[in-house]
Amino acid sequence: MEEKVVEIEGLKKSFGDLDVLKGVDLDLYKGENLVVLGKSGSGKSVLIKIMVGLLRQDEGSMRVLGQEVSTLKTKALNELRLKIGFSFQNSALYDSMTVRENMEFPLVRNVKNLTRGEITKKIEELLDSVGLPQSINQMPSELSGGQKKRIGVARTLILNPEIMLYDEPTAGLDPITCMDINNLIVQVREQYNTSSIVITHDLTCAKVTGDRQAVLLDGQFKAIGSFDDVFAHAKDGRVKSFYDYNFIDS
Amino acid sequence: MAGDADRKPVLSKKIDKFFTGLASAFSFVKRFFKEVLVPPYELKEVVHQCYRIGVESLPLISLTGFIVGIVFTNQSRPSLSEFGATSWLPSLISIAVVRAMGPLVTALIAAGKMGSSIGAEIGSMKVTEQIDAMEVSATNPFKFLVVTRVLATTFMIPVLVMYTDFVALMGSFLSVNANEMVSMTTFFVQVFESISFLDIISSVLKSLLFGFTIGIVGCYKGYNSSKGTEGVGRAANSAVVMAMFLIFIEELLVLQIVNAIRMM
Repeated sequence: MEEKVVEIEGLKKSFGDLDVLKGVDLDLYKGENLVVLGKSGSGKSVLIKIMVGLLRQDEGSMRVLGQEVSTLKTKALNELRLKIGFSFQNSALYDSMTVRENMEFPLVRNVKNLTRGEITKKIEELLDSVGLPQSINQMPSELSGGQKKRIGVARTLILNPEIMLYDEPTAGLDPITCMDINNLIVQVREQYNTSSIVITHDLTCAKVTGDRQAVLLDGQFKAIGSFDDVFAHAKDGRVKSFYDYNFIDS
Repeated sequence: MAGDADRKPVLSKKIDKFFTGLASAFSFVKRFFKEVLVPPYELKEVVHQCYRIGVESLPLISLTGFIVGIVFTNQSRPSLSEFGATSWLPSLISIAVVRAMGPLVTALIAAGKMGSSIGAEIGSMKVTEQIDAMEVSATNPFKFLVVTRVLATTFMIPVLVMYTDFVALMGSFLSVNANEMVSMTTFFVQVFESISFLDIISSVLKSLLFGFTIGIVGCYKGYNSSKGTEGVGRAANSAVVMAMFLIFIEELLVLQIVNAIRMM
Protein backbone atom coordinates (compact mmCIF):
# COMPACT_ATOMS: atom_id res chain seq x y z
CA MET A 1 0.00 0.00 0.00
CA GLU A 2 1.46 3.36 -1.02
CA GLU A 3 1.81 5.95 1.72
CA LYS A 4 -0.48 8.95 1.45
CA VAL A 5 1.15 12.30 2.28
CA VAL A 6 -1.93 14.41 1.54
CA GLU A 7 -5.54 13.27 2.03
CA ILE A 8 -8.36 15.58 1.03
CA GLU A 9 -11.97 14.60 1.74
CA GLY A 10 -15.16 16.52 1.00
CA LEU A 11 -13.35 19.86 0.97
CA LYS A 12 -15.60 22.88 0.48
CA LYS A 13 -14.64 26.53 0.22
CA SER A 14 -16.72 29.57 -0.70
CA PHE A 15 -15.93 33.25 -1.05
CA GLY A 16 -19.15 35.13 -0.34
CA ASP A 17 -21.78 33.68 -2.66
CA LEU A 18 -19.20 32.00 -4.89
CA ASP A 19 -18.70 28.29 -4.21
CA VAL A 20 -15.15 27.58 -5.37
CA LEU A 21 -14.60 24.06 -4.05
CA LYS A 22 -17.72 21.92 -3.77
CA GLY A 23 -16.65 18.79 -1.96
CA VAL A 24 -13.24 17.84 -3.31
CA ASP A 25 -11.58 14.45 -2.69
CA LEU A 26 -7.92 13.85 -3.58
CA ASP A 27 -4.87 11.93 -2.33
CA LEU A 28 -1.19 12.58 -2.96
CA TYR A 29 1.10 9.57 -2.57
CA LYS A 30 4.68 9.66 -1.36
CA GLY A 31 7.12 10.34 -4.18
CA GLU A 32 4.56 11.17 -6.86
CA ASN A 33 4.04 14.31 -8.88
CA LEU A 34 0.34 15.11 -9.10
CA VAL A 35 -0.85 17.78 -11.52
CA VAL A 36 -4.04 19.70 -10.81
CA LEU A 37 -5.44 21.13 -14.03
CA GLY A 38 -8.28 23.57 -14.36
CA LYS A 39 -9.20 26.86 -15.90
CA SER A 40 -8.44 30.19 -14.19
CA GLY A 41 -10.59 30.81 -11.13
CA SER A 42 -11.49 27.14 -10.72
CA GLY A 43 -10.00 26.97 -7.21
CA LYS A 44 -6.69 25.23 -7.93
CA SER A 45 -4.60 27.72 -5.97
CA VAL A 46 -7.20 27.83 -3.19
CA LEU A 47 -6.68 24.10 -2.74
CA ILE A 48 -2.93 24.39 -2.08
CA LYS A 49 -3.35 27.53 0.03
CA ILE A 50 -5.63 25.53 2.33
CA MET A 51 -2.90 22.88 2.43
CA VAL A 52 -0.40 25.31 4.02
CA GLY A 53 -2.95 27.08 6.21
CA LEU A 54 -3.04 30.35 4.26
CA LEU A 55 -6.77 29.78 3.83
CA ARG A 56 -9.19 27.70 5.87
CA GLN A 57 -11.81 25.40 4.40
CA ASP A 58 -15.51 25.79 5.21
CA GLU A 59 -16.11 22.05 5.39
CA GLY A 60 -14.25 18.80 4.87
CA SER A 61 -10.86 17.49 5.80
CA MET A 62 -7.32 18.35 4.66
CA ARG A 63 -4.74 16.01 6.17
CA VAL A 64 -1.11 16.71 5.36
CA LEU A 65 1.55 14.27 6.60
CA GLY A 66 -1.07 12.80 8.88
CA GLN A 67 -2.15 16.10 10.46
CA GLU A 68 -5.47 17.89 10.00
CA VAL A 69 -4.29 21.37 8.94
CA SER A 70 -7.34 23.34 10.10
CA THR A 71 -7.03 22.14 13.70
CA LEU A 72 -3.32 22.91 14.13
CA LYS A 73 -2.16 25.65 16.52
CA THR A 74 0.33 28.23 15.21
CA LYS A 75 3.43 26.38 16.43
CA ALA A 76 2.37 23.02 15.02
CA LEU A 77 1.25 24.65 11.77
CA ASN A 78 4.65 26.34 11.39
CA GLU A 79 6.38 23.01 12.01
CA LEU A 80 4.25 21.45 9.28
CA ARG A 81 4.95 24.36 6.94
CA LEU A 82 8.67 23.66 7.21
CA LYS A 83 8.00 20.29 5.58
CA ILE A 84 6.16 21.90 2.67
CA GLY A 85 7.81 23.98 -0.04
CA PHE A 86 5.52 26.48 -1.77
CA SER A 87 6.60 27.93 -5.09
CA PHE A 88 4.39 30.94 -5.83
CA GLN A 89 2.99 31.94 -9.20
CA ASN A 90 4.98 35.20 -9.29
CA SER A 91 7.93 33.68 -7.43
CA ALA A 92 7.28 36.02 -4.44
CA LEU A 93 10.97 36.80 -3.97
CA TYR A 94 11.50 39.51 -1.34
CA ASP A 95 12.36 42.40 -3.62
CA SER A 96 14.31 44.38 -1.02
CA MET A 97 16.75 41.47 -0.52
CA THR A 98 19.44 39.92 -2.71
CA VAL A 99 19.15 36.32 -3.88
CA ARG A 100 21.48 35.27 -1.05
CA GLU A 101 19.35 37.09 1.56
CA ASN A 102 16.18 35.63 0.05
CA MET A 103 17.55 32.12 0.46
CA GLU A 104 19.01 32.78 3.90
CA PHE A 105 15.72 34.15 5.20
CA PRO A 106 13.89 30.85 5.88
CA LEU A 107 17.11 29.05 6.80
CA VAL A 108 18.45 31.33 9.55
CA ARG A 109 15.02 31.63 11.12
CA ASN A 110 14.27 27.95 11.27
CA VAL A 111 17.58 26.13 11.57
CA LYS A 112 19.68 27.03 14.61
CA ASN A 113 23.44 26.78 15.11
CA LEU A 114 24.44 27.07 11.46
CA THR A 115 27.76 28.76 10.76
CA ARG A 116 28.10 31.41 8.05
CA GLY A 117 30.14 28.93 6.01
CA GLU A 118 27.47 26.23 6.23
CA ILE A 119 24.77 28.68 5.16
CA THR A 120 26.80 29.86 2.16
CA LYS A 121 27.61 26.28 1.16
CA LYS A 122 23.94 25.27 1.28
CA ILE A 123 22.90 28.32 -0.77
CA GLU A 124 25.62 27.71 -3.37
CA GLU A 125 24.66 24.03 -3.69
CA LEU A 126 21.02 24.90 -4.32
CA LEU A 127 21.81 27.70 -6.75
CA ASP A 128 24.03 25.24 -8.59
CA SER A 129 21.23 22.68 -8.76
CA VAL A 130 18.82 25.23 -10.30
CA GLY A 131 21.55 26.39 -12.69
CA LEU A 132 22.01 29.92 -11.36
CA PRO A 133 25.22 29.99 -9.28
CA GLN A 134 26.17 33.41 -10.64
CA SER A 135 22.99 35.10 -9.34
CA ILE A 136 23.84 34.94 -5.64
CA ASN A 137 24.38 38.68 -5.19
CA GLN A 138 21.77 39.90 -7.66
CA MET A 139 18.54 41.65 -6.72
CA PRO A 140 15.25 40.04 -7.86
CA SER A 141 14.62 43.04 -10.15
CA GLU A 142 17.75 42.06 -12.12
CA LEU A 143 16.43 38.55 -12.87
CA SER A 144 14.25 37.32 -15.73
CA GLY A 145 10.88 35.62 -15.08
CA GLY A 146 12.37 32.14 -15.52
CA GLN A 147 15.33 32.94 -13.25
CA LYS A 148 12.97 34.23 -10.57
CA LYS A 149 10.99 30.97 -10.72
CA ARG A 150 14.19 28.96 -10.34
CA ILE A 151 15.35 31.04 -7.37
CA GLY A 152 11.86 30.72 -5.86
CA VAL A 153 12.11 26.94 -6.13
CA ALA A 154 15.64 26.97 -4.69
CA ARG A 155 14.44 29.07 -1.74
CA THR A 156 11.71 26.58 -0.92
CA LEU A 157 14.17 23.67 -1.19
CA ILE A 158 16.56 25.14 1.35
CA LEU A 159 14.58 23.63 4.22
CA ASN A 160 14.49 20.15 2.60
CA PRO A 161 10.71 19.91 2.27
CA GLU A 162 8.92 16.58 1.92
CA ILE A 163 6.15 18.05 -0.22
CA MET A 164 6.51 20.66 -2.98
CA LEU A 165 3.59 22.78 -4.13
CA TYR A 166 4.02 24.60 -7.45
CA ASP A 167 1.46 27.30 -8.23
CA GLU A 168 1.36 27.89 -12.00
CA PRO A 169 5.10 27.28 -12.46
CA THR A 170 5.12 28.08 -16.18
CA ALA A 171 2.66 30.98 -16.27
CA GLY A 172 3.92 33.92 -18.30
CA LEU A 173 7.10 32.20 -19.54
CA ASP A 174 8.28 31.50 -23.10
CA PRO A 175 8.12 27.86 -24.33
CA ILE A 176 11.85 27.19 -23.90
CA THR A 177 11.91 28.54 -20.34
CA CYS A 178 8.70 26.57 -19.65
CA MET A 179 10.50 23.39 -20.65
CA ASP A 180 13.45 24.30 -18.38
CA ILE A 181 11.06 24.78 -15.45
CA ASN A 182 9.25 21.50 -16.25
CA ASN A 183 12.58 19.67 -16.25
CA LEU A 184 13.50 21.37 -12.97
CA ILE A 185 10.28 20.09 -11.35
CA VAL A 186 11.12 16.54 -12.44
CA GLN A 187 14.73 16.99 -11.30
CA VAL A 188 13.65 18.26 -7.86
CA ARG A 189 11.53 15.15 -7.28
CA GLU A 190 14.43 12.86 -8.25
CA GLN A 191 17.15 14.78 -6.42
CA TYR A 192 15.28 15.69 -3.21
CA ASN A 193 12.75 12.80 -3.00
CA THR A 194 9.78 15.12 -2.77
CA SER A 195 6.10 14.51 -3.42
CA SER A 196 4.61 17.37 -5.43
CA ILE A 197 1.39 19.00 -6.46
CA VAL A 198 1.70 21.10 -9.60
CA ILE A 199 -1.10 23.58 -10.23
CA THR A 200 -1.29 24.53 -13.89
CA HIS A 201 -3.43 24.97 -16.96
CA ASP A 202 -0.44 24.25 -19.22
CA LEU A 203 -0.88 20.78 -20.74
CA THR A 204 2.78 20.44 -21.73
CA CYS A 205 3.79 21.12 -18.12
CA ALA A 206 1.17 18.60 -16.97
CA LYS A 207 2.38 15.90 -19.35
CA VAL A 208 6.09 16.37 -18.59
CA THR A 209 5.89 16.73 -14.82
CA GLY A 210 2.87 14.68 -13.75
CA ASP A 211 2.54 11.03 -12.80
CA ARG A 212 -1.18 11.63 -12.38
CA GLN A 213 -3.50 14.39 -13.57
CA ALA A 214 -6.56 15.70 -11.73
CA VAL A 215 -8.92 17.98 -13.64
CA LEU A 216 -10.81 20.48 -11.47
CA LEU A 217 -13.98 21.83 -13.06
CA ASP A 218 -16.93 23.53 -11.39
CA GLY A 219 -15.41 23.01 -7.96
CA GLN A 220 -15.00 19.23 -8.29
CA PHE A 221 -12.50 16.80 -9.76
CA LYS A 222 -14.03 15.47 -12.98
CA ALA A 223 -11.18 13.14 -13.89
CA ILE A 224 -8.15 11.71 -12.10
CA GLY A 225 -5.56 9.41 -13.64
CA SER A 226 -2.61 9.23 -15.99
CA PHE A 227 -2.36 11.83 -18.76
CA ASP A 228 -3.54 9.38 -21.41
CA ASP A 229 -6.36 8.00 -19.25
CA VAL A 230 -7.69 11.44 -18.40
CA PHE A 231 -7.67 12.88 -21.88
CA ALA A 232 -8.09 9.81 -24.12
CA HIS A 233 -10.97 8.22 -22.21
CA ALA A 234 -12.60 11.30 -20.71
CA LYS A 235 -16.34 10.98 -20.30
CA ASP A 236 -16.84 14.64 -19.48
CA GLY A 237 -16.80 16.68 -22.67
CA ARG A 238 -15.17 19.66 -20.97
CA VAL A 239 -12.24 17.53 -19.82
CA LYS A 240 -11.75 16.30 -23.36
CA SER A 241 -11.97 19.79 -24.73
CA PHE A 242 -9.30 20.90 -22.25
CA TYR A 243 -6.85 19.06 -24.46
CA ASP A 244 -7.46 21.60 -27.19
CA TYR A 245 -7.44 24.52 -24.74
CA ASN A 246 -11.11 24.91 -25.53
CA PHE A 247 -13.53 24.93 -22.62
CA ILE A 248 -17.23 24.36 -23.13
CA ASP A 249 -19.19 25.87 -20.29
CA SER A 250 -22.38 24.16 -19.31
CA MET B 1 -40.15 58.87 -0.87
CA ALA B 2 -38.81 56.51 -3.49
CA GLY B 3 -35.63 58.56 -3.51
CA ASP B 4 -35.27 58.10 0.28
CA ALA B 5 -35.69 54.35 -0.12
CA ASP B 6 -32.96 54.29 -2.78
CA ARG B 7 -30.58 56.25 -0.61
CA LYS B 8 -31.02 54.14 2.52
CA PRO B 9 -29.10 51.05 1.37
CA VAL B 10 -26.20 53.24 0.17
CA LEU B 11 -26.09 55.06 3.51
CA SER B 12 -26.42 51.78 5.36
CA LYS B 13 -23.55 50.28 3.33
CA LYS B 14 -21.37 53.30 4.11
CA ILE B 15 -22.11 53.05 7.82
CA ASP B 16 -21.43 49.32 7.71
CA LYS B 17 -18.15 49.94 5.88
CA PHE B 18 -17.11 52.62 8.37
CA PHE B 19 -17.70 50.44 11.43
CA THR B 20 -16.18 47.36 9.77
CA GLY B 21 -13.09 49.43 8.96
CA LEU B 22 -12.95 50.78 12.51
CA ALA B 23 -13.24 47.27 13.99
CA SER B 24 -10.55 46.00 11.63
CA ALA B 25 -8.22 48.89 12.58
CA PHE B 26 -8.74 48.26 16.31
CA SER B 27 -8.10 44.57 15.86
CA PHE B 28 -4.88 45.44 13.96
CA VAL B 29 -3.71 47.70 16.83
CA LYS B 30 -4.68 45.04 19.37
CA ARG B 31 -2.68 42.45 17.44
CA PHE B 32 0.34 44.80 17.47
CA PHE B 33 0.30 45.05 21.29
CA LYS B 34 -0.16 41.29 21.55
CA GLU B 35 2.71 40.49 19.17
CA VAL B 36 5.16 43.13 20.42
CA LEU B 37 5.51 41.39 23.78
CA VAL B 38 6.03 37.87 22.46
CA PRO B 39 9.45 36.61 21.24
CA PRO B 40 11.16 36.48 18.78
CA TYR B 41 11.77 40.23 18.90
CA GLU B 42 13.39 40.73 15.46
CA LEU B 43 15.85 43.25 16.95
CA LYS B 44 18.07 43.23 13.87
CA GLU B 45 15.15 44.27 11.69
CA VAL B 46 14.08 46.94 14.22
CA VAL B 47 17.59 48.44 14.08
CA HIS B 48 17.55 48.26 10.27
CA GLN B 49 14.20 50.06 10.14
CA CYS B 50 15.38 52.66 12.69
CA TYR B 51 18.35 53.36 10.42
CA ARG B 52 16.12 53.66 7.35
CA ILE B 53 13.61 55.89 9.07
CA GLY B 54 16.09 57.98 11.04
CA VAL B 55 19.17 58.44 8.91
CA GLU B 56 17.46 58.57 5.54
CA SER B 57 15.10 61.29 6.75
CA LEU B 58 17.86 63.54 8.08
CA PRO B 59 18.49 65.65 4.94
CA LEU B 60 14.81 66.51 4.49
CA ILE B 61 14.25 67.11 8.21
CA SER B 62 17.38 69.29 8.45
CA LEU B 63 16.37 71.49 5.56
CA THR B 64 12.78 71.84 6.72
CA GLY B 65 13.69 72.49 10.36
CA PHE B 66 16.27 75.10 9.40
CA ILE B 67 13.86 76.93 7.08
CA VAL B 68 11.04 76.80 9.64
CA GLY B 69 13.37 78.38 12.25
CA ILE B 70 14.44 81.23 9.97
CA VAL B 71 10.99 81.89 8.49
CA PHE B 72 9.19 81.85 11.84
CA THR B 73 11.77 84.23 13.33
CA ASN B 74 11.57 86.61 10.39
CA GLN B 75 7.77 86.55 10.38
CA SER B 76 7.55 87.20 14.13
CA ARG B 77 10.09 90.05 14.20
CA PRO B 78 7.87 92.85 12.75
CA SER B 79 5.06 92.20 15.26
CA LEU B 80 7.45 92.15 18.22
CA SER B 81 9.38 95.21 17.01
CA GLU B 82 6.13 97.24 17.05
CA PHE B 83 6.19 96.80 20.84
CA GLY B 84 9.99 97.11 21.02
CA ALA B 85 10.13 93.51 22.18
CA THR B 86 12.47 91.89 19.66
CA SER B 87 14.58 90.73 22.61
CA TRP B 88 11.79 88.26 23.31
CA LEU B 89 12.36 86.52 19.98
CA PRO B 90 14.46 83.63 21.40
CA SER B 91 11.79 82.95 24.06
CA LEU B 92 8.95 83.09 21.56
CA ILE B 93 10.74 80.84 19.07
CA SER B 94 11.77 78.29 21.68
CA ILE B 95 8.23 77.97 23.04
CA ALA B 96 6.74 77.69 19.55
CA VAL B 97 9.33 75.23 18.30
CA VAL B 98 9.53 72.94 21.32
CA ARG B 99 5.84 72.93 22.20
CA ALA B 100 4.27 72.69 18.76
CA MET B 101 6.19 73.33 15.57
CA GLY B 102 9.05 70.85 16.04
CA PRO B 103 6.85 67.82 16.75
CA LEU B 104 4.18 68.83 14.25
CA VAL B 105 6.48 69.66 11.34
CA THR B 106 8.57 66.53 11.90
CA ALA B 107 5.49 64.32 12.19
CA LEU B 108 3.90 65.76 9.04
CA ILE B 109 7.09 65.31 7.04
CA ALA B 110 7.53 61.79 8.42
CA ALA B 111 3.91 60.96 7.60
CA GLY B 112 4.51 62.05 4.01
CA LYS B 113 7.86 60.35 3.59
CA MET B 114 7.73 57.28 5.83
CA GLY B 115 3.97 56.69 5.99
CA SER B 116 3.70 56.49 2.21
CA SER B 117 6.88 54.43 1.95
CA ILE B 118 5.69 51.89 4.55
CA GLY B 119 2.21 51.72 3.02
CA ALA B 120 3.57 51.19 -0.50
CA GLU B 121 6.25 48.70 0.55
CA ILE B 122 3.94 46.46 2.59
CA GLY B 123 1.13 46.88 0.04
CA SER B 124 3.41 45.78 -2.76
CA MET B 125 4.57 42.80 -0.70
CA LYS B 126 0.95 41.87 -0.09
CA VAL B 127 -0.15 41.93 -3.72
CA THR B 128 2.95 40.05 -4.95
CA GLU B 129 2.40 37.29 -2.35
CA GLN B 130 5.66 38.06 -0.52
CA ILE B 131 3.74 38.19 2.77
CA ASP B 132 2.25 34.75 2.04
CA ALA B 133 5.74 33.49 1.16
CA MET B 134 6.98 34.69 4.55
CA GLU B 135 4.09 32.98 6.31
CA VAL B 136 4.61 29.61 4.59
CA SER B 137 8.29 29.72 5.53
CA ALA B 138 7.14 29.72 9.18
CA THR B 139 7.96 33.40 9.77
CA ASN B 140 5.34 35.63 11.33
CA PRO B 141 5.00 38.42 8.73
CA PHE B 142 3.08 40.66 11.13
CA LYS B 143 5.96 40.60 13.56
CA PHE B 144 8.68 40.93 10.92
CA LEU B 145 7.01 43.68 8.88
CA VAL B 146 4.53 45.49 11.10
CA VAL B 147 5.91 45.30 14.65
CA THR B 148 9.44 46.25 13.56
CA ARG B 149 8.31 49.26 11.50
CA VAL B 150 5.91 50.56 14.14
CA LEU B 151 8.59 50.26 16.84
CA ALA B 152 11.08 52.01 14.57
CA THR B 153 8.79 54.98 13.85
CA THR B 154 7.77 55.18 17.52
CA PHE B 155 11.40 55.33 18.68
CA MET B 156 12.80 57.45 15.88
CA ILE B 157 10.23 60.25 15.63
CA PRO B 158 11.09 61.62 19.13
CA VAL B 159 14.78 61.58 18.16
CA LEU B 160 14.01 63.35 14.90
CA VAL B 161 11.82 65.87 16.74
CA MET B 162 14.68 66.76 19.10
CA TYR B 163 16.96 67.12 16.10
CA THR B 164 14.40 69.31 14.28
CA ASP B 165 14.04 71.48 17.39
CA PHE B 166 17.80 71.95 17.48
CA VAL B 167 18.10 72.74 13.75
CA ALA B 168 15.12 75.11 13.85
CA LEU B 169 16.64 76.94 16.85
CA MET B 170 19.95 77.17 15.00
CA GLY B 171 18.15 78.68 12.01
CA SER B 172 16.42 81.10 14.30
CA PHE B 173 19.73 81.95 16.01
CA LEU B 174 21.32 82.84 12.66
CA SER B 175 18.49 85.24 11.92
CA VAL B 176 18.52 86.77 15.43
CA ASN B 177 22.31 87.01 15.41
CA ALA B 178 22.35 88.76 12.03
CA ASN B 179 19.62 91.26 12.94
CA GLU B 180 19.80 91.78 16.70
CA MET B 181 23.51 90.95 17.21
CA VAL B 182 22.66 88.46 19.96
CA SER B 183 25.40 85.99 20.91
CA MET B 184 24.84 82.23 20.86
CA THR B 185 25.16 82.00 24.65
CA THR B 186 22.58 84.72 25.27
CA PHE B 187 20.25 83.21 22.68
CA PHE B 188 20.35 79.72 24.14
CA VAL B 189 20.16 80.91 27.76
CA GLN B 190 16.92 82.69 26.82
CA VAL B 191 15.72 79.61 24.92
CA PHE B 192 16.18 77.26 27.89
CA GLU B 193 14.80 79.76 30.42
CA SER B 194 11.53 79.90 28.48
CA ILE B 195 10.81 76.20 28.26
CA SER B 196 9.83 74.02 31.17
CA PHE B 197 10.29 70.34 31.98
CA LEU B 198 6.61 69.81 31.12
CA ASP B 199 7.22 71.27 27.64
CA ILE B 200 10.00 68.78 26.96
CA ILE B 201 8.15 65.80 28.41
CA SER B 202 4.95 66.61 26.54
CA SER B 203 6.93 67.11 23.34
CA VAL B 204 8.60 63.69 23.71
CA LEU B 205 5.37 61.89 24.64
CA LYS B 206 3.53 63.59 21.78
CA SER B 207 6.29 62.54 19.38
CA LEU B 208 6.04 58.94 20.57
CA LEU B 209 2.32 59.06 19.83
CA PHE B 210 2.90 60.63 16.40
CA GLY B 211 5.54 58.01 15.58
CA PHE B 212 3.25 55.17 16.60
CA THR B 213 0.44 56.66 14.50
CA ILE B 214 2.60 57.03 11.38
CA GLY B 215 3.88 53.46 11.68
CA ILE B 216 0.62 51.73 12.50
CA VAL B 217 -1.40 53.61 9.87
CA GLY B 218 1.19 52.94 7.14
CA CYS B 219 1.36 49.26 8.06
CA TYR B 220 -2.41 48.89 8.36
CA LYS B 221 -3.07 50.45 4.99
CA GLY B 222 -0.33 48.39 3.32
CA TYR B 223 -1.27 45.13 5.02
CA ASN B 224 -4.89 45.51 3.94
CA SER B 225 -4.26 46.68 0.39
CA SER B 226 -5.65 44.75 -2.56
CA LYS B 227 -6.45 45.14 -6.25
CA GLY B 228 -2.89 45.05 -7.56
CA THR B 229 -0.80 48.11 -8.28
CA GLU B 230 -3.80 50.41 -8.03
CA GLY B 231 -4.36 49.17 -4.50
CA VAL B 232 -0.72 49.79 -3.61
CA GLY B 233 -0.98 53.41 -4.78
CA ARG B 234 -4.20 53.83 -2.85
CA ALA B 235 -2.63 52.33 0.29
CA ALA B 236 0.33 54.72 0.12
CA ASN B 237 -1.92 57.71 -0.44
CA SER B 238 -4.45 56.88 2.27
CA ALA B 239 -1.62 56.10 4.72
CA VAL B 240 -0.41 59.71 4.38
CA VAL B 241 -3.86 61.31 4.51
CA MET B 242 -5.04 59.24 7.49
CA ALA B 243 -1.79 59.69 9.43
CA MET B 244 -1.82 63.47 8.93
CA PHE B 245 -5.46 63.68 9.98
CA LEU B 246 -4.82 61.67 13.14
CA ILE B 247 -1.68 63.69 13.96
CA PHE B 248 -3.71 66.94 13.98
CA ILE B 249 -6.40 65.35 16.16
CA GLU B 250 -3.75 64.04 18.57
CA GLU B 251 -2.02 67.44 18.66
CA LEU B 252 -5.29 69.03 19.67
CA LEU B 253 -5.99 66.43 22.37
CA VAL B 254 -2.46 66.56 23.80
CA LEU B 255 -2.65 70.38 23.88
CA GLN B 256 -5.84 70.22 25.95
CA ILE B 257 -4.32 67.71 28.38
CA VAL B 258 -1.06 69.67 28.79
CA ASN B 259 -2.95 72.93 29.31
CA ALA B 260 -5.07 71.24 31.97
CA ILE B 261 -1.90 70.01 33.71
CA ARG B 262 -0.34 73.48 33.46
CA MET B 263 -3.34 75.01 35.23
CA MET B 264 -3.19 72.54 38.13
